[in-house]
Amino acid sequence: MNQCEEQAEIVRQEQLTPDIFRLTLTAPQIASSARPGQFVMVQTTSYYDPLLRRPLSIHQTVADEQVQLMYKVVGKGTRLLAGMTPGQKLNLTGPLGHGFDLAGRQAICLVGGGMGIAPLYFLAREILRTNKPPKCVVLLGARTAAELGPLPRDFMDIGITETHLATDDASLGHHGFVADLLAQHLNPDHQWTVCTCGPHPMMKAVVSQCRKQGWGCQVSLETMMACGISACLGCAIPPADLSGPYLHVCKDGPVFKAEEVAWL
Amino acid sequence: MSEADLRVTIGGLVFKNPVLTASGTFGYGKEFAPYVNLHHLGGVVVKGISLEPRRGNSPPRIVETAGGMLNAIGLENVGLDRFITEKMPYLLGIGTRVVVNILGDSLEEYQTLGQRLNEVEGISALEVNISCPNVKKGGVAFGTDPAMAEAVTRAVCAHTTLPVIVKLSPNVTDIAQIARAVEAGGAQGISLINTLLGMAIDVKSRRPRLANIVGGLSGPAIKPIALRMVWQVAQAVKIPVIGIGGITTTEDALEFLLAGATAIEVGTANFVNPRASQDIVEGLGRYVMENKLDGISEVIGGLILN
Repeated sequence: MNQCEEQAEIVRQEQLTPDIFRLTLTAPQIASSARPGQFVMVQTTSYYDPLLRRPLSIHQTVADEQVQLMYKVVGKGTRLLAGMTPGQKLNLTGPLGHGFDLAGRQAICLVGGGMGIAPLYFLAREILRTNKPPKCVVLLGARTAAELGPLPRDFMDIGITETHLATDDASLGHHGFVADLLAQHLNPDHQWTVCTCGPHPMMKAVVSQCRKQGWGCQVSLETMMACGISACLGCAIPPADLSGPYLHVCKDGPVFKAEEVAWL
Repeated sequence: MSEADLRVTIGGLVFKNPVLTASGTFGYGKEFAPYVNLHHLGGVVVKGISLEPRRGNSPPRIVETAGGMLNAIGLENVGLDRFITEKMPYLLGIGTRVVVNILGDSLEEYQTLGQRLNEVEGISALEVNISCPNVKKGGVAFGTDPAMAEAVTRAVCAHTTLPVIVKLSPNVTDIAQIARAVEAGGAQGISLINTLLGMAIDVKSRRPRLANIVGGLSGPAIKPIALRMVWQVAQAVKIPVIGIGGITTTEDALEFLLAGATAIEVGTANFVNPRASQDIVEGLGRYVMENKLDGISEVIGGLILN
């Protein structure tokens, strides 16, 4: 068990789009043990308003020293985060949960939608580092080109040679769903492992295509969560068979094999 | 660490300090080991255990509210057998008192739990959750009826030699009346409050935010209500009272002790700050030293009225 509580100093706060931010923090304990797909719980204020920590997936770690988080301002907690500046400190707990498992996988495809792209960047870097030769196709989707911001370029800059994009408004790449890109760009002769994170309907479409093709699929899920350490049991999701014990996103996930969970 | 004397006694048991963790907010202890030195705590109250495993309610189960949260977990737990075989071995080694919270939907179930846990090594006391519906009495919660509250207390006490603490529901008209009933039933301690029944609605979808529609409110938002009820109960009974409800800081804990609580349980604060319980133990130690008290017992019931 390597999870810990860390008082992390903000190094950098970047505004990527009007409401998407990227926060870089010094958190060596968490950075040195985090795996792609894991998350941290961020205390956005010490004044208990909002009360609960916010779960955020790790966007990347830098040199076992820094943790980077990407978030969208959706409420009080994330608005407070967006107002924070370098030098200020945030209390983090993590790294939490189980990440992606790509041991022995050859052909890997990452499918991210909106903020779900956040953990996939960490994963892409890990694949480039460990898989020789890496075969990694990245498919990214968002409502608009503006919402994708610098992310497509970030993936290309680290050496992902094949990145395809989709936007709901046709402002960039394919006009339509990112899940459509699987059929367009993945050679069905390969045994792909697909890792996906994004809105539920998007992941559901990705899972359905993987099932048809017989490809392995790992999904990173998000739920309401109070503690992140399997004490509150608030993050329950139904298992594939619907009648079995609930799975808990914080402990059993947030990354699951697609076939473990129910796709309602 | 300070040398302050923080010891308190409940049901004949000496606790090294008055800070326990509330059931359902601290897992089975192990979940918090990366954050807290468990042996520094006065005790750990584990997640409520029923005779059979419970699956819990459908999600969504929690929602954040102003200064608090609503939960409708539905008492999900591993059940008695797995608790004994899988969770107790770890708890034996944590170096502090283990209080097992029990729940059931019939008198018989509570009795059996009391009896079975009596034979398990390493348990200091039982905490009886009486906020559950009595299935045989049309689903009315045991804790909302003085006669049923007394009966369930009596049933557990008759089947165990462990000290029995009864945890009260605040969703009643007269909390002191329920407290007197469980004291008459043989309880050696009373803990309160459990969560307050509440609700939240998503105005966009016009649907309840919890699948269960209603849920229990906890967190700092409920502290003044909890404090008032603890104060009322402490005056109504002779047995020790354990204060629960929104305790987040040392000052919160001191308020409950002054109101008459012999000990306190830290609940929702564990989610916000996993070190909260230990921080409060340390804070109470400093308070005793700074005020040159002989011990924390000097604070208990120390409220000054006019």
